[in-house]
Amino acid sequence: MIENQYITGALTREFREHLLSSEVLTGIPTYTMSLKVIHESIRFLKETPGLEFEFLTDLCGVHYPDNPSPFGVVYMMHNIREKTRIRIKVFLPLEDPTLPTMTDLFSAANWMERETYDFFGISFVGHPNLVRILNVEYLDYFPLRKEYPLEDPTREDKDNRFFGRET
Amino acid sequence: MSDKPFYNKVDPPEGFTSPGMFATRFDKVIGLARSNSIWPLPFATSCCGIEFMATMGAHYDLARFGSERLSFSPRQADLLMVMGTIAKKMAPVVHQVYEQMAEPRWVIAVGACAASGGIFDTYSVLQGIDRIVPVDVYVPGCPPRPEQIIDGFMKIQELVANEPLRRRYSPEYRELLSSYGIR
Repeated sequence: MIENQYITGALTREFREHLLSSEVLTGIPTYTMSLKVIHESIRFLKETPGLEFEFLTDLCGVHYPDNPSPFGVVYMMHNIREKTRIRIKVFLPLEDPTLPTMTDLFSAANWMERETYDFFGISFVGHPNLVRILNVEYLDYFPLRKEYPLEDPTREDKDNRFFGRET
Repeated sequence: MSDKPFYNKVDPPEGFTSPGMFATRFDKVIGLARSNSIWPLPFATSCCGIEFMATMGAHYDLARFGSERLSFSPRQADLLMVMGTIAKKMAPVVHQVYEQMAEPRWVIAVGACAASGGIFDTYSVLQGIDRIVPVDVYVPGCPPRPEQIIDGFMKIQELVANEPLRRRYSPEYRELLSSYGIR
């Protein structure tokens, strides 16, 4: 195990005010980085001796519509030898949800970034093939953004009274 | 042991009987033959497909209705049985399978998902296969029991037996197909 304090110390020394917050969520140390340094911090965590989080377990998007920066991207990284996991978060503004791609560091990021783009419309600059991966190609919106209903918008046979909604 | 035979005999269509001859309408004979030798193409994507396996098995035995032989090529099939959730990404596949079937062809939507989208009222699921292909019989249920599938199949048999021979050439039928974008 790598101690939480060691990771926090290394990130603080390297990125100072760009480390926006650090906490432990569900037993996993979680760090929020500023958008400016996200690519460098992922590279730092992957390549620095003593940290070496070489496995990108997961990458996904989140939408908190009430936040000033509503879109989030969460990276789950794993040091297999030390059996340590960490979570890195970054938040993006509504007007321009773009951030650099991690495909140059992790090949696994390719499909996961496409999925994040597919569902949230977050653009990854430098991605080799940023097109929809799971939804139909002709879908004209990003379905997991909170402003869109989860239900199929083309369905006509529904009576709102049966769904606890006023007509 | 009763003296009832172990097999079901299909009743002959109405007609004139006399010693050594039987006269009836041609379309009745064709309907009789077609409705008792339907080759179904199972398009099973989820749990309704499991119920269909039971329907094909010895206990319920769809073969009793003349459907011993499933066709896994759409070109030889008479009946497309869509059983299960059809995602929007799967929709072009169902459409293409239907296009590849030769006339006359029938479609049965088995289960709530194939009929209406069912519980999957969401952006990724097709809200009923009648949005992409014309459907003849809907079987409700989530999933329907084999008895219900057989009931739906017997409704199809009824349609097949009584279909006028000219129906597939009528302008109404052409219009129906072109409304689905099928040539």
